Amino acid sequence: MRDMFRNKAAACALAVAGSLGLALDAAAQANEIFLPVLVYRTGAYAPNGVPWADGFVDYLKLVNERDGGVNGVKISYEECETGYATDRGVECYERLKSKKPVAVSPLSTGITYALIDKVPQDKVVLITAGYGRADSVDGEAFKYVFPLLGTYWDAADILVQHVAKKGSLKGKKIALVYHDSPYGKEPIPVLEELAKKHGFELMKLPVTHPGVEQKATWLQIRQQRPDYVFLWGWGVMNSTAIKEAIAVSYPRLQMYGVWWAAAEPDVLPAEMAAKGYNGLALGHSAENSAAIHKDMLKYLYDKGKGTAAKKDEVGSVLYNRGMLSAMLTVESVRAAQGKFGNRVVTGEEVQWGAEHLNIDGARIKALGVEGMIRPVKTSCYDHEGSHSARIHTWDGTKWSYTSDWYEADTKLLRPMVEASAKKYAADKRVEMRSCGKA
Amino acid sequence: MIYRETGQFKSSYASDAQLLPILQDRIFMIGLLAFAFVVVPAVGSEYLFDAILVPFLILSLAAIGLNILVGYCGQLSLGTGGFMAVGAYAAYNLAIRVPDLNLLVIFILAGLITTLVGMLFGIPSLRIKGFYLAVATLAAQFFIDWAFARIRWFTNDSSSGSVSAPPLAIFGVPIESPIAKYLMVLAIVCVGALLAKNLTRGAIGRSWMAIRDMDVAAEVIGIRPLTAKLSAFAVSSFYVGVAGALWAFVRLGSWEPLAFDVNRSFQLLFMVIIGGLGSILGSFLGAAFIVILPLMLNQIPTWLAIPLSTAAISHIEVMIFGALIVFFLIVEPHGLARLWAIGKEKLRLWPFPH
Repeated sequence: MRDMFRNKAAACALAVAGSLGLALDAAAQANEIFLPVLVYRTGAYAPNGVPWADGFVDYLKLVNERDGGVNGVKISYEECETGYATDRGVECYERLKSKKPVAVSPLSTGITYALIDKVPQDKVVLITAGYGRADSVDGEAFKYVFPLLGTYWDAADILVQHVAKKGSLKGKKIALVYHDSPYGKEPIPVLEELAKKHGFELMKLPVTHPGVEQKATWLQIRQQRPDYVFLWGWGVMNSTAIKEAIAVSYPRLQMYGVWWAAAEPDVLPAEMAAKGYNGLALGHSAENSAAIHKDMLKYLYDKGKGTAAKKDEVGSVLYNRGMLSAMLTVESVRAAQGKFGNRVVTGEEVQWGAEHLNIDGARIKALGVEGMIRPVKTSCYDHEGSHSARIHTWDGTKWSYTSDWYEADTKLLRPMVEASAKKYAADKRVEMRSCGKA
Repeated sequence: MIYRETGQFKSSYASDAQLLPILQDRIFMIGLLAFAFVVVPAVGSEYLFDAILVPFLILSLAAIGLNILVGYCGQLSLGTGGFMAVGAYAAYNLAIRVPDLNLLVIFILAGLITTLVGMLFGIPSLRIKGFYLAVATLAAQFFIDWAFARIRWFTNDSSSGSVSAPPLAIFGVPIESPIAKYLMVLAIVCVGALLAKNLTRGAIGRSWMAIRDMDVAAEVIGIRPLTAKLSAFAVSSFYVGVAGALWAFVRLGSWEPLAFDVNRSFQLLFMVIIGGLGSILGSFLGAAFIVILPLMLNQIPTWLAIPLSTAAISHIEVMIFGALIVFFLIVEPHGLARLWAIGKEKLRLWPFPH
C-alpha cells in the first residue's frame, strides 16, 4: 500500500517536474548533437508528412548506425507532432529548445515564418530545403535561415521556363491553383512579374485549407480553359485537385505541380487516370536504388530498425526529400566540425557550416545520392546553394524525368529577393550584415 | 475548519460590497498574484513562459471577452476568432503605419477598433436570437477571414499574406525575453480581469444578465435591449481585440489569417462552456483546460519514458482530451467554475457536513 502511494507520488513529482520544463534526460546530452524533428504524422497532411518524416529520421539513424555519428559524435533527436499547425509547431520548437538544438526543419512554410524571428536569438539554424521564405536566400538579412536546394520563386520561374519552351506564352492563360496559406501565396509575385514579361494572363485560384472542397475552383477552370494549370497544393489538396481535374476532363498533360505536389500520395488515389500529370522534381524523383538506399536497407530495415512501416516507402519522392533534408543538416554539422573541431558543435558554429557548404560531385558520390542532387555551394550571399530543378511525369505507375535541368533566372529573381529582404529587415528593424563582394 | 467566515463582520456597505468579502479569499488571491508575479518568473523555464503561460493568459483574456457576451448577456457568438483577427491586424497596421506609437496604446486602440467592428456585427442581435445569431456571427467570422486574406492593404502588400509584428518595446524597454513577455501579458490580463469582474457586478452587468435571463421581462423593468446588447458586444469585442493583438504580437510574432480561423472561435466557445458560463474565474479554468491539458497529455508518455510513436501519442491525446470534455460536462454541466464553487461550499461545512 505504502509502495503504491510512493509510486503515485513519484509519478506526480515527475509530472510536475516535467511541466516546469526541467530537462530530465540532460545527462545523456553533453556528448551528443541534438536535432529536433518537427513532423506531422496525423491530420489532413499526414499522407505527405509521414514519408518525409520517415526519410528524415532514417537518415539520422543511418548516420548513427553506419558511421557511429558525425565524425564520432552521435546525433540524438526527438520527434514532435505539429499537425502542420503553426501554433503547435512553435510549441514543439519551444519544447525542444531546452535540449540545445543546432538546426531545425519544420516542413511547413507557416511554421518557418513563425520561427524566422526566433532562430537568430536562439542561435538555431533553420534549414528549409525546398520550402520556406524565398527571400531568405539573402544571407545579409536572414543569417540563420537556409532555403537550401530551391525556393518557390525558383520553382515558379522554372515552371514558366518549361512551358515557354513549348511555344510562346503571349496571350495564353495560366491558372495557379494554390493552397491559401503563405506556402501557396509565395510564388505569386514572381508569376505576376513573369506574366508581364511573357504576356500571359495569370488566373489565381485559392483553395481553402485543407483543400477537400474544390468543385468551384475546377468549374472555373472548365469555363476558362487555361492553357496550363500550376498546382501549388499539399496533402489531400493535391489528390483532390487531380481527381477534380479528371472530373472536369482537364488534360493532365497541361498540369504542373510544384515539387510538393508531385509525389506518390498525390497521384496514387487516381492511379492510371493521373497519367501524364507533370511535376517539378527538386533534383530528385523516386530513385530507390542509389547507394544510400542500399545502406538504408542493409543497416536499418534488414535489422528491423527502419522507421517506415513498409520497406517500399524507402525511395519514394517525399522519403527521399526528407532524407536529403537530414543529409544537408548533417553536412552542415560536418562542415562546422571541419572548422571548429570534431566535437559537439553549437548552433552558431553550424550556422557557419551551413553557410560554407560545398557538396561537389565527388562528395555527392561519397554520400551515395548520385543523380539525386546537384552540387550545392552556399555562401553568405547565397543561402540556397543550388537553383536548378527538372520536370518528372507520372506514367500511371511511376515517376520518370521528362526534361533536362533548368536553372532559375537569377537575373530576374535576385533583385526581387534583395528588395524583399531589405523590406523585411526594415519592417522588423533587423540589422543587415554585409557579405562583402559576392 | 480553515475556510470559515465566522467573526468576520461587515460594518459598512463598502466592506459588504467588496470584491472578495471573505478574508481567506483575499489572502488566497494576494498569494496567487504574488506567486504569479514573483515566484513564477524566478523559477520558470523558457518553455513554461513561451509555450504554456503566455498562450494560456492571452486566451483567458479572449475567453473573458466571449464570456461577457455569451455567459453574461446570453448572445451566442461564433465570430470570436474573426474579432481576434481584427485586433491583430489593427495592431499590425497601427504599428507599421503610425511609427513610434506606444505598444500599450497600440493594444488599446486595436481593442477600440475591434469594439467598433464588434458593435457593427452586433446590430443584428437586436432582431435575431439564439442559434440564428450564432449563424449571423459565423458570417462575420468568414467575412473577416476573407477580408484579411484578400484585401492586400491590411497585410501591407505582403507577398505571402503572412505579416510579422515589429519588435516589442514599452517606453524604450524591450519586451523580448520570455519573462518580460509573460509579465506584460500577466499585467494586462490582471487589469482586464479586474475590470471585467467589476463591470459584471455593476449596473451594466446586471442589465446584461437581465437580458440573458428574459429579454422581455428586462425590457418591462426598464432595461433598454439596444444599450444592453450593444454594450455587451462592445465590451466583449474590446477584450477579444486586445487578446487578438497580444496573440499576434507576443505569442506568434508572425501570422496569417489561418491563425484566427473558425476553429479558434470554437476553441474559445468550448473554453467558456467548459470553464463556466457567466463566470470570470471560469474563463481562466476553461482556458487552462483547453490550452494546457492537451500539451500535458502529449508529453506524459515522454516523461514516463513510455515508448510510443509520435502518431500514437497524438491520437491518444485527442482521445483522452475528448473523453475528459465529456466527463466534465456530465459531472458538472455548469462548468469547472461551478465545481470550484461547490468545493468552497463543502470546505465551509467541513468537517461537519449535513
